[in-house]
Amino acid sequence: MQNNNLPTQEEYQQLAKEYEPKRPLLKNCIRAFFAGGIICTIGQFFQWFYMTYFDFTEVTASNPTVASMIIISMLLTGFGVYDHLAQWAGAGTIVPVTGFANTITSAAIEHRSEGYVLGVGGNMFKIAGPVITFGVFAAFVVAIVRILVEKLGVI
Amino acid sequence: MLQGQQSWIFANRPVLLATAVAGGPFEARSAIAADFDILHDDIWLGQSSFEKAEKKLLEEACQTSIQKAGLQKEDIQFFFSGDLMNQIISSSFAARTLGIPYFGLFGACSSSMEGLALAAFVVNAGGARYALTACSSHNGSVNKQYRYPTEYGAQLPPTAQWTVTGAGAAVVAAQGVGPRVIGATIGRVIDLGVTDPFNMGAAMAPAAVDTIIAHFRDFNLDASHYDLIATGDLGKVGHAIAADLLRRQGIVIPENIFTDCGVLIYQGQQQVMSGGSGCACSAVVTYGHFFNRMLKGELKRVLIVATGALLSPLSYQQNESIPCVAHAVALEWEGV
Amino acid sequence: MEKFLLAFLVGGAICVLGQILLDVFRLTPAHMTVTLVVAGAILGGLGLYEPLIEFAGAGASVPICSFGNSLVNGALSEAERHGIIGVLTGIFEITSAGISSAIIFGFLASLIFKPKG
Repeated sequence: MQNNNLPTQEEYQQLAKEYEPKRPLLKNCIRAFFAGGIICTIGQFFQWFYMTYFDFTEVTASNPTVASMIIISMLLTGFGVYDHLAQWAGAGTIVPVTGFANTITSAAIEHRSEGYVLGVGGNMFKIAGPVITFGVFAAFVVAIVRILVEKLGVI
Repeated sequence: MLQGQQSWIFANRPVLLATAVAGGPFEARSAIAADFDILHDDIWLGQSSFEKAEKKLLEEACQTSIQKAGLQKEDIQFFFSGDLMNQIISSSFAARTLGIPYFGLFGACSSSMEGLALAAFVVNAGGARYALTACSSHNGSVNKQYRYPTEYGAQLPPTAQWTVTGAGAAVVAAQGVGPRVIGATIGRVIDLGVTDPFNMGAAMAPAAVDTIIAHFRDFNLDASHYDLIATGDLGKVGHAIAADLLRRQGIVIPENIFTDCGVLIYQGQQQVMSGGSGCACSAVVTYGHFFNRMLKGELKRVLIVATGALLSPLSYQQNESIPCVAHAVALEWEGV
Repeated sequence: MEKFLLAFLVGGAICVLGQILLDVFRLTPAHMTVTLVVAGAILGGLGLYEPLIEFAGAGASVPICSFGNSLVNGALSEAERHGIIGVLTGIFEITSAGISSAIIFGFLASLIFKPKG
């Protein structure tokens, strides 16, 4: 390709990098820390709440806790608030389970215009799909490996 | 008529008889809100999907420009239109409503000038008395197709741009009163290996530079010929890179002349990161703001270089880089 | 009270790890969450994630990596009860609440809400 007016690809990658505004790593990490920390603290509150006022144990309380966090995330997503929080918080809102709920809710809401079956149903897992697929597959491999290793008497 | 390698000169100087520009709520808060003909406070325009809303914006811009030209739909011979949707449905469905013989174009965000160049050529060659050229984009429909659902919580990097929700249309005529289309330079597809769809500015800058250099070469001009040279939507990052690349070729365009529609449209609004983008970006700024400035006598000779990134969501997932193109159209208004 | 502070600190720290994956390693959010989930599964298989949950409570169970851990635990505990086929039948046992809620409430949201832009 004749690009005698322009730099080569390598030269250009270098140039483009120089002009790219640096991502504010420290600022983003501090924000992610606070946002993620607060969300997990809220989760801890739910955990305590369900154990204290209902008949849940340390282990079983995680079920209503997770469900509560998901409902909150769904509402924040539906009211158009979650994406603004996320621009500030970055990984702080993506990493907790609220992020998972946000991916499903936002996709579901977005594709309603294509109908409930093909639109909502067919697109709901557009962004969450990788997490489920790789979580399940990784768990499968890890479990098999662990069982084999135990059977062979190493553990 | 062919001019140089890849340009046309329009000896009959077709006229931009009338233009119309429509926008959404975010554009209503922009730096150039006063130059819009129609502004909506609802991003859905009362429709049931973003795609339908985009089609409505395009129809409004087209119908308003025809009205402002003092014409009827039936007077227009050809309609040139493009947008960012799969299979350019916004343009096709608007063409259905208008009922004008239709050329569907895909130049991504360079569609505005691609359409204007073709419309001017056809009118100049006597192939039409009147031609209509338009394009549109919508923040919601573009995010849904190319990026993430609107309410998804991703953190946009500083190189990201905000897709303009709007449409711009222009009626080109063989005679009449208005800024004249002098010539056009059609761009080559340039790809210098940028793969990041959140840094379109860097991807498109080389294409803009290639077309500007080709334009100066074909017409034997330099930057001093123009009062304004505006790229379409390179944004802050891409525009700075383009200026750098031009300097390396010994071309220095003064800062008050060299601007970018994506930077101009949303001055001072933070959440747009590097600036505006989308087909409508160059269209609304050119057919609204620059057009009005020309009529007021503030600008005489203007070169608009609309830039487009020709990727698809699939090409990105398949690890392809982003090929880009830029088309330039020269406008002139010497006063009544 | 101490539990709340630990939840805040550990949860925050895991999110910082995620932010570094995003900004330094330039992963997409999807790649980043997949990395964390797989890491959670591996740590779960090594028996290292449960102690973290005991230590930090929601600080370890709310981040998405705990999802990987729960999937592994479900598989292993079912395999213990019913043999190797348990790996298939038990995977979603513990995470059922989370996934079902996300689908149900996501769908409900689509009935009620429109994207705001």
